[in-house]
Amino acid sequence: MSRMRLAMRNRAFLFFSLVMPLAFLFIYAGIFGRGRVQAVPYLLAEVLALTVMGSFWGLSVQLVTFREQGILRRFRVTPVGSSAMLASSLVSNYILTLPTIAIEFFLSRSVFHMNGLGNVLSIFVLVTIGTVTFASLGLIVASVTNTMQETQIINQIIWFVFLFISGATIPFPMLPGAVQAVAVFLPATYLVSGLQRAMIDHTNLPDLGMYLASLVGCALIAFIVAAQLFRWEPESKAPRQAKLWAAAAVVPFLLLGVWETVNGDLRSHAMKNLQSIREPYTLERIEH
Amino acid sequence: MLIGATIEVHNLTKRYGEVEALRGVSFAVDEGEVFGLLGPNGAGKTSTVEILEGLRTPDGGSVSVCGLDPQTSGAEFKYAIGAALQATALPDKMRVHEALDLFGSFYPKRRGTHELLARFGLEEKRNAFYSQLSGGQKQRLALAMALVNDPRVVFLDEPTAGLDPQVRREIYDIIEELKKEKKTILLTTHYIEEAEKLCDRVAIVDHGKVIALGTPRELKQRSGAVTRITVRMAKPESNGALSSLEGVTECRAEADDYLLYSTRVPRTIVALVKHLEEQNNELVSLDISAPSLEDIFLELTGRRLRD
Repeated sequence: MSRMRLAMRNRAFLFFSLVMPLAFLFIYAGIFGRGRVQAVPYLLAEVLALTVMGSFWGLSVQLVTFREQGILRRFRVTPVGSSAMLASSLVSNYILTLPTIAIEFFLSRSVFHMNGLGNVLSIFVLVTIGTVTFASLGLIVASVTNTMQETQIINQIIWFVFLFISGATIPFPMLPGAVQAVAVFLPATYLVSGLQRAMIDHTNLPDLGMYLASLVGCALIAFIVAAQLFRWEPESKAPRQAKLWAAAAVVPFLLLGVWETVNGDLRSHAMKNLQSIREPYTLERIEH
Repeated sequence: MLIGATIEVHNLTKRYGEVEALRGVSFAVDEGEVFGLLGPNGAGKTSTVEILEGLRTPDGGSVSVCGLDPQTSGAEFKYAIGAALQATALPDKMRVHEALDLFGSFYPKRRGTHELLARFGLEEKRNAFYSQLSGGQKQRLALAMALVNDPRVVFLDEPTAGLDPQVRREIYDIIEELKKEKKTILLTTHYIEEAEKLCDRVAIVDHGKVIALGTPRELKQRSGAVTRITVRMAKPESNGALSSLEGVTECRAEADDYLLYSTRVPRTIVALVKHLEEQNNELVSLDISAPSLEDIFLELTGRRLRD
């Protein structure tokens, strides 16, 4: 409970989880999708993905700050364990993300005249699992880095990758082949694709099975790894092997990436979805 | 019925890299006692307390609190203790009552937030942000948090460091109240006044070792420290006469006063009175300065407590 209230007073969190996704929604739908209602679901899916991935930043930066300030130390004297600390972070992050999602849907319907809501159940499940996955990944970074600056830098790098290579900004089919080959190994890509399919094709949960399984697997492993790596004291350095452990969290996606490279399932869907937006989709500004 | 002492520390050693912070610290604290670790900065007081709180692991030796090992006893140990750390930090934007609510929620048995706020004089500030509190208020909150689970043992690391004398005295009052509740309290300090006033027993710590242990009175008596008697008389006397009084080791004249340094004060006083009678002299004023723990420390280490 208190974590939520603290989060709401945390400016960085508000930016990444509320302001930024909404800004993107307006940029996408307003500028790129202007006048083409069919494009909105596609773009909304991207924005939803961005919102969910915003969990990566969420409260992990706050955790590092607390550690550096010696706040975590005081918690360490209490019976609260590292799992509980992380879990409360995840839960509050999730609860605070939901209103943003709701607002995004609302705006898409009312301002941009989107028809329908896509497969709501699939979207809900994807969003839920997605926030846990990405928040956990963020917590791993927070546990492994030693200073605030290190955290910011590593977060920026990973965020950049999530943003530009997964299809959340530049549509997947438009990425160069070599980049695509790498992208299929990232959890972000599956989130974006899954959301797009749910929005546009109204894909059911069972059909998204592979995606969900990997996201869930990643979330579980990420949480366990973050709990193991959790540090209360600013002086204690993260052991070398801890940083390797962190890499274990992406194992499900390595497997999925291999499967995808062979099957091309994600790519075909992505291409289909993109073309479903009737007019050709370009990155240049469309003057209307 | 307890078999062992409530807090037992045996031959504790700890080093940080090159620095040996603790070089064999041993002591025991009984139930309901207020025990002080007195020493200059860097003596090893905080390291000792943090090992007892379970925040640090010792390199050698053993500790037990309520018969439990801080490192391995898990939740049971944490339920039994409360601690106010040397530097308490809370999120700036956390409200006072939220802090108490939150920390209280971690324990099965706890004191009410309302009760704690009243007791520590923080009612007016219940909705204030942590960043808005004064130093004294933050310390009081730290104490309240240390007691939120009604622990058997309370650790206070430098509870009044950096506070005004007035505020310090308020905190002393609070600690005196805790004494009445029969809680076992271990506090560290470098203020002699604090150790003398609050503690049942004191361990003087320097360079990672306990160099003296006992009640404040025992410590003062045990040492060869001299008491200074400042005497003013109606008629001047010769130095020689005064310095030959029983128990006097040294005699100095300063303005209108004579400073007598004595190791056996009662006898010196009796001898002085007799002497003055014989000389038909009168006592104008008499002042006795008892040796303080600071004098003891100086005697034991050749250095002042405050650096």
